[in-house]
Amino acid sequence: MSKTLFQKVWDAHAVRQLANGQTQLFIGTHLIHEVTSPQAFAMIREMALKVRYPHRTFATVDHIVPTDQVAEPFSDSLADAMIKELRKNCKEFGVTFFDRSTGKQGIVHIVGPEQGITQPGTTIACGDSHTSTHGAFGAIAFGIGTSQVRDVLATQTMAIGPLKVRRINVNGKLAPGVYAKDVILHIIRKLGVNGGTGFAYEYGGSVFDNFTMEERMTVCNMSIEGGARVGYVNPDQTTFNYLKDRPHSPKGKAWDDAVTRWQFFVSDSDAKYDDVVNFKAEEIEPTVTWGINPGQAIFINETIPSVEKSEEAEKASIAEALEHMKFQGGEPIKGKKIDVAFIGSCTNARLGDFVEVSKYLQGRHVAAGIKAIAVPGSQIVAEQCKQKGIDKIFSEAGFEWREAGCSMCLAMNPDKLIGDQLCASSSNRNFKGRQGSPTGRTILMSPVMVAAAAVTGQVSDAREVFKNGKH
Amino acid sequence: MALKKITSVVGKCVSVPGDDIDTDRIIPARFMKCVTFDGLGEFLFYDVRFDENKKPKTHPLNDPKFQSATILLSGNNFGCGSSREHAPQAIYRYGIRAVVAEGFAEIFFGNSTTLGMPCVSASRQDIQTIRDIIEKNPNAELTIDLVNQKLQIEGKTFSCSLRESARNALINGRWDAIGELLEAPEQVDAVAGKLPYVTAA
Ligand code: SF4
Repeated sequence: MSKTLFQKVWDAHAVRQLANGQTQLFIGTHLIHEVTSPQAFAMIREMALKVRYPHRTFATVDHIVPTDQVAEPFSDSLADAMIKELRKNCKEFGVTFFDRSTGKQGIVHIVGPEQGITQPGTTIACGDSHTSTHGAFGAIAFGIGTSQVRDVLATQTMAIGPLKVRRINVNGKLAPGVYAKDVILHIIRKLGVNGGTGFAYEYGGSVFDNFTMEERMTVCNMSIEGGARVGYVNPDQTTFNYLKDRPHSPKGKAWDDAVTRWQFFVSDSDAKYDDVVNFKAEEIEPTVTWGINPGQAIFINETIPSVEKSEEAEKASIAEALEHMKFQGGEPIKGKKIDVAFIGSCTNARLGDFVEVSKYLQGRHVAAGIKAIAVPGSQIVAEQCKQKGIDKIFSEAGFEWREAGCSMCLAMNPDKLIGDQLCASSSNRNFKGRQGSPTGRTILMSPVMVAAAAVTGQVSDAREVFKNGKH
Repeated sequence: MALKKITSVVGKCVSVPGDDIDTDRIIPARFMKCVTFDGLGEFLFYDVRFDENKKPKTHPLNDPKFQSATILLSGNNFGCGSSREHAPQAIYRYGIRAVVAEGFAEIFFGNSTTLGMPCVSASRQDIQTIRDIIEKNPNAELTIDLVNQKLQIEGKTFSCSLRESARNALINGRWDAIGELLEAPEQVDAVAGKLPYVTAA
């Protein structure tokens, strides 16, 4: 019988059925970080349990690290306690930790792929909702809570029910200036922030076939913003090329065997889906959010929705969003004065993102009064940027070039909005207070659009700002 | 591991209305700088309950008449966003024992079930009716009957639902899976043996 990738991976990892009807699912790879793991380690310690398969668990530190300080102790004693706790736990339980001293530290969803740990046909879990990122490789990757982190540490399995699969096709050719970020913001806008509840999203079509791994990761990353716990792309030659010769990728004959194995983990051409949705690439334009959830998005040249003209069921949430954002319905989003520009996060802080932005930043400068920060997603991304001179281009353009971490994506470190500052951000969440100030305001967009906002000081159409092309 | 069978939850209610209430709002990230879940309850909904000077704002959870509530009412897609278990932990540690909403985000739903805190869905209209009742009489007690999937308050009955696997786990005292997951180590090893995919660096 024909199957989707999801079903094939599920079947290969199912241990048994549990009494409540859920499946005990084997988790091939477990990624952990400092925020959601300490309580889990405390729980297994209390239960006198061990980490069952320490070599299948990898740790990094990302959420709380300051991006302007490497020296320890950190000035924030709470953050300092957290990194020390993770170090202690990894040592005690024999878990590989990509600490800062290794040169491999970074945002967990950037480190996994970069190290070749994220592989096709696998199950991955991490105490972080953006674990869906790893689906770009044809893995089934779940964001989990801390009790489940405990379960996976102690048993390398978790209890979960199956998901339905929605195939999302994007066919055609994206116009210049339209990026993977616009594709996913558009999908979420159309299918809703809870449209994916109960589903795994399988992305496909010619746009995905032509995407780089980094672009696939950007889309899969934000599956959760559309309510889908899991998002994935079927692995292909692009996937294998990316993984070849990564530190944890199989080598020699094991590599050939792995590729053969991975080729099995693709949806069959006649697989049945629970739902299919089609988009045309040509319809997608640079997209920005105007509200307080990622589905409240419009094309850059559209106007902000008004309460009066919206459907009854949406009126309350639109009113709440407009109030928080201090916007009026019916106004253009273009031209809104920003205070902060942030390029970073597990959505858009990979080498390709910085390379693309650097093409446009050369010879340009951040507008007066704008705080602009660029935060590479990992130490390796930072190093690659340095080798290409990209850090210099950013610095010369007036961006602060920082150390790797989550930074202003969620502001658990010193990088925060102040008061009701408006931030053009390449991250994934525009929730109230997300960037560290309860009244702070976030507009999500692609990194190049953030750069355009930074140099003009206002929300702009990058295609116009940079129309003279790449310098 | 013997867990309590949770067949019903009875208690007073407090309503935090709105759709798409995300876990960043339930517990702002800065309160997650901790290595235990202790004390999270006091920071529940912090940024909507308190102003910059830590002064309480008008919010249902600050309203004296709802202080002894143990059931939280809300809108659709409750608990969306970040997977942080800190969110259900904060709700639980605040003293809430069940959440009734129009719908729940998936990870939040699972995290809550694992704590033995049922998340049950009811219609927008029925939740509004319950809201109207507690507005008039904050002492009215709501009964969430998980066996029959019914809500009862002041003689009125409404239907409610939750995913069967969660309902089954709660009423049979199996809501925390760890005990069961530890039961079959050989079967786990057998599956692991077929999946040799992570290579040492
Ligand atoms: S970059 Fe943002 S979304 Fe990604 S893991 Fe860090 S905090 Fe979470």
